[in-house]
Amino acid sequence: MSGETPAIALDSRPALPHGVRLTQSEAHGGWVLLAPERVFKADPIAVEIIRRCTGAATLAEIVDDLARAYAAPRERVLADTTALLAGLADKKLLELSL
Amino acid sequence: MNGVAPSNPLGLLAELTHRCPLGCPYCSNPLALDARADELDTATWARVFREAAALGVLQTHLSGGEPAARPDLTAITAAAHDAGLYTNLITSAVGMTGNRLAALVEAGLDHIQVSIQDSVEASADRIAGYEGAFARKRELAAAAVRLALPLTVNAVIHRANIDRVGEMVDLALALGAKRVEIAHVQYYGWALTNRAALMPTRSQVERAATQVEALRAAHHGRIVIDAVAPDYYSPYPKPCMGGWGQRSLNVTPAGRVLPCHAAETIPGLQFWSVRTHTLAEIWHESPAFNAFRGTAWMKEPCVSCPRRARDFGGCRCQAFALAGDAAAADPVCHLSPDHTRVAALAAAREETYHYRHVALGA
Repeated sequence: MSGETPAIALDSRPALPHGVRLTQSEAHGGWVLLAPERVFKADPIAVEIIRRCTGAATLAEIVDDLARAYAAPRERVLADTTALLAGLADKKLLELSL
Repeated sequence: MNGVAPSNPLGLLAELTHRCPLGCPYCSNPLALDARADELDTATWARVFREAAALGVLQTHLSGGEPAARPDLTAITAAAHDAGLYTNLITSAVGMTGNRLAALVEAGLDHIQVSIQDSVEASADRIAGYEGAFARKRELAAAAVRLALPLTVNAVIHRANIDRVGEMVDLALALGAKRVEIAHVQYYGWALTNRAALMPTRSQVERAATQVEALRAAHHGRIVIDAVAPDYYSPYPKPCMGGWGQRSLNVTPAGRVLPCHAAETIPGLQFWSVRTHTLAEIWHESPAFNAFRGTAWMKEPCVSCPRRARDFGGCRCQAFALAGDAAAADPVCHLSPDHTRVAALAAAREETYHYRHVALGA
């Protein structure tokens, strides 16, 4: 079940659901994702991706924006972003509304 | 190595009251319950939350007893939220209405955890010692969904319901939960008193573990299934609390600060109170928090064990409860000289529950 990475539609609009939020914590050395009874450390790349998940932008737009901002190959950004978001969605930390 | 206080606790368990309308025989509250007259007031809780946030705490779990027994629960929730904490309500649902829950959401509540005793109503109410509890849980879960408040269902597992793990996950899904805890009873407090009436058999535990794996695969992406393992039948102890005094603080209704909810069962430990010390002083300097940090307190077989940095010798409270020595290896470990006793204790059987009861007005 967990071996395959499910694809995320390019026109879906990822968003953090109620009860999940990204916040900064000096004591914990940076950004953390707070979720029901769980806390995840977010590395700088994850932070840049998650901040763009507002429910307004589509996955395609988020990837375009990141590729532009970091002058990175779009395919690579798409793969990294999809992997991160799919992992979050599996843990019910992300909503993928169309 | 002597233990140094880590700079960053993650969680604060705020036991707002020990009062509870339910009588669950596995309750983790101590046998000697704090009285209503001794409970911290709203302003003191607000200060505790501010001190916790300053200490690096990220989440607070508003618990009890039944937190709904506090008439000032909305003000307490608002204070935790205003301090910048992620707020989690841990409730039995009894005493909590949809309207009150809406006010809590307005005050900044982030998440709710509702316990269920069983998937079968009559059995659930019998275990809770409260007729009608099951129906109230359904109502509150529905209210949480209406309010778009994320819901976790906490299913406490023991001999009377362990064969219905699948049904309890189905119930959690039907209630609209995104997360369910299959939480095997841990034998402390009232659960230790009721151990012989609660303990499943080894084959039941193994069957339940297999079922949980299958359920995770079947419900992948629909609901997160977290399991709290039963430890009497496992070869190694659990890494209790992620290590003594490493990740969280537990404030009792009367304000004593504990490394875990059962710590007061260990004789000789000195607990400081939020009435006389700041949370930072307690975290860094209180004798109880420093008692089992690091590894200097360990004895054999833990001292030379390669797993000592992974499971920290197991649970100190369980070591005291089962071996009579809080610095001994947790006897559930197969390397413990007291391990043979665990199998005998797990095999003891009794059919009657000793319900915990404390009057709401007490």
